[in-house]
Amino acid sequence: MSTIALNTSSAIGNAAAADTGVPVRIAVKNLNFYYGDFRGLKDISIDFYDRQVTALIGPSGCGKSTLLRTFNRIYSLYPEQRADGEILLDGQNVLSPSVDVNELRARVGMVFQKPTPFPMSIYDNIAFGIKLYERLPKSELDGRVEEALRKAALWDEAKDKLRQSGMSLSGGQQQRLCIARTIAQKPEVILLDEPTSALDPISTGKIEELIEQLRSEFTIVIVTHNMQQAARISQFTAFMYLGEVVEFGPTTKMFMNPSKKQTQDYITGRFG
Amino acid sequence: MDTALYNEAAVAAPAPWGRVRRSRYLADRVLKIVCTLFTVLGAFVLGWILLMLIVEGVGGLSPAVFTETTPGPGTEGGGIANAIVGSLILTVIGIVIATPIGVLAGTYLAEYGKTSKLAMVIRFVNDILLAAPSILIGLFVYMLMVQPMGGYSGWAGGVALAIIAVPVIVRSTEDMLRLVPGSLREAGAALGAPMSTVIVKISWKAARAGMVTGVILATARIAGETAPLLFTALNNTFWFSPTLMGGVSNLPVTIYQFALAPYPNWRELAWAGALIITLSILALSIVARLLLRKDKVR
Repeated sequence: MSTIALNTSSAIGNAAAADTGVPVRIAVKNLNFYYGDFRGLKDISIDFYDRQVTALIGPSGCGKSTLLRTFNRIYSLYPEQRADGEILLDGQNVLSPSVDVNELRARVGMVFQKPTPFPMSIYDNIAFGIKLYERLPKSELDGRVEEALRKAALWDEAKDKLRQSGMSLSGGQQQRLCIARTIAQKPEVILLDEPTSALDPISTGKIEELIEQLRSEFTIVIVTHNMQQAARISQFTAFMYLGEVVEFGPTTKMFMNPSKKQTQDYITGRFG
Repeated sequence: MDTALYNEAAVAAPAPWGRVRRSRYLADRVLKIVCTLFTVLGAFVLGWILLMLIVEGVGGLSPAVFTETTPGPGTEGGGIANAIVGSLILTVIGIVIATPIGVLAGTYLAEYGKTSKLAMVIRFVNDILLAAPSILIGLFVYMLMVQPMGGYSGWAGGVALAIIAVPVIVRSTEDMLRLVPGSLREAGAALGAPMSTVIVKISWKAARAGMVTGVILATARIAGETAPLLFTALNNTFWFSPTLMGGVSNLPVTIYQFALAPYPNWRELAWAGALIITLSILALSIVARLLLRKDKVR
């Protein structure tokens, strides 16, 4: 549930920014995205607020994940995919070719739908990301690994088997390992692409608690198919449909009193 | 939602039994019997070959086989020590040359080339090479190395074997890397790892067991090759030169020559050599299997 005080008089698109007083971390302006000839995102403009959880909801194929995948330019692994427009992270357009993708990805971490532990030990899974950017003495690296595991609420379960394969963990633990791996790099933004859809309810609960804790440090954007989850963990929600942002605003307002009929219909389960 | 989860009419009237035609059961059984029959036939032929090898080969085995060199015509006794060592050396040369080429080319196809034109062409050529008659490769290396160097050599033999092994390793490396889920690569890239790091630290590591297995199977394949050696390493009935220049004795060609000879002790040694080579290949294949199985358990 939303814990910050929000003025919810009017909240569509950028109007929300003025109302909340929370600084904007990512500003998306006129973003278009193409899979080959298919236009997957249509002229999207939306702001993401600093150290808030923003949920992207909408039916399958509406472009939620596509939007998420533009923030760290992970789509650029696939030559037929491209984006135009602006995504300003602290004022800099991350789509600009002058921005180094690897540096960008250290600042904007991502956790995927299916847990993706690397075929190496739990310790190495986390050290992998740190070592890409920093040369640390062993003792310091140990400290960073422990810190990341603690923040991801996995330390107690993993501390005695740091040398075991990351793949030996349960699904929920693997997902927390992936979150630990991401936060070990000390990013500013964390993107979560349906992080709990492959997990059981107990593991899901743990991840949701974790997201709530991480909010104090990171700006979080989460794609979810689970409306209750969006309502539980996010402060802001964007409802997307057919590649467009239909409505964006504080989560409480979006769920209690949406302005658009389409949002209302989707949230109440009339379509989607 | 107030829609019923099931259709009550469908539940009330279950499907009648006996709707499946008898001919379907019959077809099912016939196919099963035919498949089993031909599997047994295949296994029987293999078993026969192995049995014959063991019966004939074990008789020829003696300590001298491993310590003495190949006998001259009309000489009693003798062994195939030089051929065993020669084969080991040729196989090692072949696999040492072929592994880096094969692994890197396979990595190119799976990670960089993918569906590009160049990759398609390479894949096609590789498949042709995979099926190329091995005698052709022997002739090719003869022209490439034996003629210019002025004589047969172990090096030429090793290169010929490498050319046989490369396409096998390219294929297995590519296949194994393609089994690595793309989500793992995305996860690596999402941490900001450059592609080279993702390949070396993640893809290779994930596909490790399968890639090693491919190299082992390629080793088994070239260990028994005869034709490419006929024009390159030839053979030698004595200990070969340490520089590997001149003919280098090896098991396959020794077997080929001794099996056709009129001397009983030569034929016995040929059987012993065939048994040794088969058991070595069997051992390599078993190691490969164990590696793959270990990977699956993990």
